[in-house]
Amino acid sequence: MPSHQTALSRALDNRTFLGLLFMLPAAAILLMFLTYPLGLGTWLGFTDTKIGRSGIWIGLENYEFLWGDAVTRLALFNTLFYTFVASVIKFALGLWLALLLNKHLPFKAFFRAVVLLPFIVPTALSALAFWWIYDAQFSVISWVLMRMGIIHQYIDFLGEPWLARFSTIAANIWRGVPFVAITLLAGLQTISPSYYEAASLDGASPWQQFRHVTLPMLTPIIAVVMTFSVLFTFTDFQLIYVLTRGGPLNATHLMATLSFQRAISGGNLGEGAAIATAMVPFLLAAILISYYGLQRRAWQQGSGDK
Amino acid sequence: MSRFKRRDFLKVTAGVAAGTALGSGSALFSAEAAAQYKVTPEKGAKLRLLRWKRFVQGDEDMWAENTKKFTQATGIDVRIDAEGWEDVRPKAAVAANIGSGPDIIIGTFEDAHQYPEKLVDVTDVCNYLGGKYGGWYDVCKSYCTYNGKWIAVPMGCAGNALVYRISAMKAAGFVAFPKDLPGFLKLCQGLKAKGLPPGFALGNATGDGNTWTHWLVWSHGGKMVDEKNNVVINSPETIAALEYGKQMYETFVPGTLSWLDPNNNKAFLDGQIGVTLNGISIYYAAKTSQDPKLKEMAADIGHANLPVGPIGKTTELNLFFPMMVFKYSKYPNAAKAYLAFMMEKEQYEPWQQASIGYVTQPLKAYESNPIWTSDPKHTPYREAMKIMLPNGYAGEMGYASAATMADFIIVNMVAEAVSGSKSPKEAAERAQKRAERYYKV
Repeated sequence: MPSHQTALSRALDNRTFLGLLFMLPAAAILLMFLTYPLGLGTWLGFTDTKIGRSGIWIGLENYEFLWGDAVTRLALFNTLFYTFVASVIKFALGLWLALLLNKHLPFKAFFRAVVLLPFIVPTALSALAFWWIYDAQFSVISWVLMRMGIIHQYIDFLGEPWLARFSTIAANIWRGVPFVAITLLAGLQTISPSYYEAASLDGASPWQQFRHVTLPMLTPIIAVVMTFSVLFTFTDFQLIYVLTRGGPLNATHLMATLSFQRAISGGNLGEGAAIATAMVPFLLAAILISYYGLQRRAWQQGSGDK
Repeated sequence: MSRFKRRDFLKVTAGVAAGTALGSGSALFSAEAAAQYKVTPEKGAKLRLLRWKRFVQGDEDMWAENTKKFTQATGIDVRIDAEGWEDVRPKAAVAANIGSGPDIIIGTFEDAHQYPEKLVDVTDVCNYLGGKYGGWYDVCKSYCTYNGKWIAVPMGCAGNALVYRISAMKAAGFVAFPKDLPGFLKLCQGLKAKGLPPGFALGNATGDGNTWTHWLVWSHGGKMVDEKNNVVINSPETIAALEYGKQMYETFVPGTLSWLDPNNNKAFLDGQIGVTLNGISIYYAAKTSQDPKLKEMAADIGHANLPVGPIGKTTELNLFFPMMVFKYSKYPNAAKAYLAFMMEKEQYEPWQQASIGYVTQPLKAYESNPIWTSDPKHTPYREAMKIMLPNGYAGEMGYASAATMADFIIVNMVAEAVSGSKSPKEAAERAQKRAERYYKV
């Protein structure tokens, strides 16, 4: 017994062993709640599992079908379009807002808090508000424009495919801008004022200051923010589910909503999982681009290699 | 039954229920009591029920009241959880999949056929109820039997009917609601001319989108599959239906391509449309409203069954509700006793009355429920189970029929064709291709 005890206490004195021991709970949680579901989802994508009936391995059959399926292709296009347009605009608006908020405005704290509001409201609720705003019969926008005599018929925000795409994108932007703006604002505040002083002594114009001081210093933050922003947008579900369910004519179906429709409503877990899995390469690509593209340049700037 | 007041009714029921509780051996009870469904609930049984959330308040209240009566009579606690009706299906499927969840789930459409082997055989309950109450409508067997056994107890269906404005119909030159397709189209055109156009959902609306588009296709003789589950949607009949739908769509209020389930209710109650297809909830909302404008509208609301097309028979699709007991339940007998109790006349008819006929009965005897005639405007909804075709018509129900509907194949096909985004021929071809995938399994 004594030797056993010493073995244990000796092990506990070992920093490596102790470190591993302390990491165990975190590793277990990650394995259970991240790795396992992801692995299971990927595996399901290669089976014909239905809800209530376990499936068999069918290899790439799901993917072969999805490749030839017009609705899935449309959903892929919609998702890429949605993500690209919404992310670019969110970035532009967010940066602009961050720059404004970084200035010495009166009631600065108040404005900063207000900007966060769209982000705080649960998406399902703000989506419901947008659903009314875009309603074919009761849209407040249409109503106001009618009253002003600008239009003569209610705008069919969610009924015309392209209009529906842009309407859902607008709602996504409204919701996503605060996240970008506030995070970039935090980044802006870490930039030491001395750089700007030095730049203005050299006679740099505001644009030059932005271009050669702000932007390079902000790049690492931008990389992180935009990675997250792209991920959130690419996997958006709630907004579409409330506003259109993917309609009209599947013009706003995203990969996530289509995956749900096929897997849960339609009962084809395997196919739905395949759609979800098909999103992973795109997400990985987005992450890699931002990390290797944007961040490397930031290091170079920092180390002064340029 | 009509000579009873509700109070008498409750007394009778309590007596009958007590009879069930005391057991069959009791000589105190008459022949009628002896005819009660007999099963011995498990000791200490407790039930959990998951059902769809009410569309009309009266349903929820009365269902809870009936359940309370069951608890009083048997000592079996029943916890009722309610979810939005579209969320019940995935939850039920998951419960079936993992083998744990509510003892009873009231699902929708062909749920029971998605996991028949996970459901408790309820043949005895259904035979008992069918024998006592004039038999089940045929369509119940399609939904709730599997290999000759009942795997779910039919609760009924949320019937749909055309909801229209009487004054507008008259203004459009009709004395009575047209019963054939040419007449119906003419009415639609007339309503548009009178500024109160029709409005039917064409977005991915699980309820209102599917019901009317299925009728459109079926009434012309088109169908997703034949009796052997071969996909035959791309047919001249379907094309004819789409051509007809195109003419209908021209008369619609703008924006129907974006409509989800609630839109037609809102537009109708706001006085923007003259006819739509819906459950009785629009009328219920108008009738029970405190707003004098809506009360006035209620008087002007008429109901009619969908017109019969060239195939010469009724072809409606209504939201069917199967009540399923899962094999993982520890108290299958208690669950069966509960379902039988809730379907008895003493509970079922007052419940229908409380929801002013939102749910149409699956048992023929309840056609005589005064709710259907006390207000003649309720009468068209009485027919719902009689005039409907089952999901997956004319084939068999199962994964494929559920998946084709969940994927909105018919709704999308109709929307594509009538809006002109695809030609009817192209739309039918696309639907054929999409459906073949599901029926290949």
